[in-house]
Amino acid sequence: MTHDLLEKKSLLMAVVSTIVILIGGIVEIVPLYAVKAQVPAIAGVKPYTPLEVEGRDIYLREGCYTCHSQMVRPFRDEAERYGPYSKAGEFVYDHPFQWGSKRTGPDLHRVGGKYPNSWHYIHMRNPRDVSPDSIMPNYPWLLSRGLDTSTTQRKLRALRTVGVPYTDEEIAAADQSLRKQADEIVASLKSAQIADAEADREIIALIAYLQRLGMDINWRNSDATAQR
Amino acid sequence: MTQTSAPGTVAYDEDTPRLFAVATIVWGIVGMLVGLYVALELAFYQLNFDQPWLTFGRLRPLHTNAVIFAFAGNAVFAGIYYSTQRLCRTAMWSVALSKLNFWGWQAIIVADALALLSGYTDGKEYAEPVWSIDVAITLVWVAFAVNFFMTLAKRREKHLYVALWFYMSTVITIAILHVVNNLCVPVTMLKGYSVYSGVQDALIQWWYGHNAVGFLLTTPFLGLMYYYLPKAAERPVYSYRLSVIHFWSLIFLYIWAGPHHLLYTALPDWAQTLGMVFSLMLIAPSWGGMINGLMTLKGSWDKVRTDPILKFFVVGLSFYGMSTFEGPMMSIKSVSAVGHYTDWVVGHVHGGALGWVGFVTFAMLYWMVPRLWKTELWSVRLATAHFWVATIGIVLYMTAMWIAGVTQGLMWRAVTPEGTLAYTFIETVKVLKPYYVVRALGGALYLGGAIMMGWNLLMTMRSGQVRPELIPIKADETPQAHERTVQPISAEVVSQ
Repeated sequence: MTHDLLEKKSLLMAVVSTIVILIGGIVEIVPLYAVKAQVPAIAGVKPYTPLEVEGRDIYLREGCYTCHSQMVRPFRDEAERYGPYSKAGEFVYDHPFQWGSKRTGPDLHRVGGKYPNSWHYIHMRNPRDVSPDSIMPNYPWLLSRGLDTSTTQRKLRALRTVGVPYTDEEIAAADQSLRKQADEIVASLKSAQIADAEADREIIALIAYLQRLGMDINWRNSDATAQR
Repeated sequence: MTQTSAPGTVAYDEDTPRLFAVATIVWGIVGMLVGLYVALELAFYQLNFDQPWLTFGRLRPLHTNAVIFAFAGNAVFAGIYYSTQRLCRTAMWSVALSKLNFWGWQAIIVADALALLSGYTDGKEYAEPVWSIDVAITLVWVAFAVNFFMTLAKRREKHLYVALWFYMSTVITIAILHVVNNLCVPVTMLKGYSVYSGVQDALIQWWYGHNAVGFLLTTPFLGLMYYYLPKAAERPVYSYRLSVIHFWSLIFLYIWAGPHHLLYTALPDWAQTLGMVFSLMLIAPSWGGMINGLMTLKGSWDKVRTDPILKFFVVGLSFYGMSTFEGPMMSIKSVSAVGHYTDWVVGHVHGGALGWVGFVTFAMLYWMVPRLWKTELWSVRLATAHFWVATIGIVLYMTAMWIAGVTQGLMWRAVTPEGTLAYTFIETVKVLKPYYVVRALGGALYLGGAIMMGWNLLMTMRSGQVRPELIPIKADETPQAHERTVQPISAEVVSQ
């Protein structure tokens, strides 16, 4: 029997095994890169702002993906509950993707613009203040910790290396852009009676990121967007 | 670099499997303890205690990393280092690389645990370690691979036993999956961005994630089963032909099934369909392995009544069969529509992890530790008690998660006659609490069993001794003279 040869030649066995395990991956992965139409571009999809990049890194750091997905499936109930189903082109700047695999809490892909900034601020401090039966942990340290912006520009450069089209000007002006967006969020928080909000805290970056989610296709009507 | 031994004898390196066996027990208990804690956090959110490092989001990756890479990983190393030397009738090629493998792997586990608790993560499931730890993992894995293949190269037994095929596919595939999925551009030592984004990142991640299950939790454990089950049962493997067929079809089909984690997502439809179809086909080779294992016991079923090691193998193989039936069913798109994102998936994973990986590991340790320490198992009755406690734990765990998952999946999609959603999201959270409590109870039983095993094996080690052993090499087992035909292959593992 020919298999006998493989059973006596370890190198041959290793080579054949390698070929056998490579086939499936190559057939499935290569077309996603080779065929542009596999991920149709969406005009409104823009890279995250510097503050949103920092907010997204906090989202990763706290392991939000272990309980929240970012992928609205094309079902009637999901469209009703969350909004329009998620499209491939909306995630082209997500390094890494955060689609998740478990919904201990609700999906977050269309959470942008769903609640005012002040809701997120209160919710992260103690989720039960806005959702009495929530089982989500409190994140009080996000309200007290200062946002580390010492590596923001390096992050943008690294993201540009992997394909996010930041310009030199955008990277050079990252700190100003970040500060400006943070000040706007704090202004909205102050006007919602949150007196202790400060622009240099981690919570501001996280709110910026959450409010951006799912908003590139501009699906919310103008009334809902105004509530931000 | 081979160990010195008297002419005509071989001295196997038993220190390395001994160290890995101890690490398996210790990390197993630690990883399961963290698992129990996160399970309790879902039932009682107050246990998050407002401390960053205690929150579910940081501890859950620690749990999965600990049980997959520390518990199962060390178990695989222990079993491979023990059995490869015997199947090749030679000592490992390099003691230095074996030591590097052991201490390097433990250092990686500690570094990863500290990093995860501090919030340093890549944010990709089961691939959380940051790039600098990923580099260390790659180096240690390469050291293991070189040591393993060089040992095969200098083997005295010409014929490669089926367990070795499974080990080889593990060594090769894990290296490829790990390197490709973790490619990133560094920002700092502890932060980098994946070179892939969005849909491509998702597909590559689940190509990795699914095959981490395939090639770290399935193929090496099938290899271990093929070595340790015939040993424990003192029976030859049931079918040589079946092992050939199910080996090649398993490693070929497994790779394709990753997209079943991405059904109804933004992944292109054709890829989803491929993932579903190959997942369904995967039943056949999976059951081939289960059948070959169970049928090996043909003629010695009476021993299962008295021997806890065989009990663990039988139930472990049964859970393997059940999980590899359930998995393909869940990969059917309309079933995934209900089950995805729910606790059903968590229950499914634990059926395989607790039932298959855990039970094969326990069986292997109960068989191997007394032999490594040249003694008898301290208490067979305690091992039998461990078996029953763990089995009841798994049943509680899985039943609770089945009900919880299907309940929540159905509640999410329920609509009123008027066409609006029947339940708010929070209502579907509230309903799960009793199931989360039962699940934690099941997990506590399973952990309790592991602690019983830890005590039993500790007492076994204390009653034994660590001494080198010279195994005589028979004349007909020298490389030149030794030629085997296919026929005795299934019997040879018993005699070694």
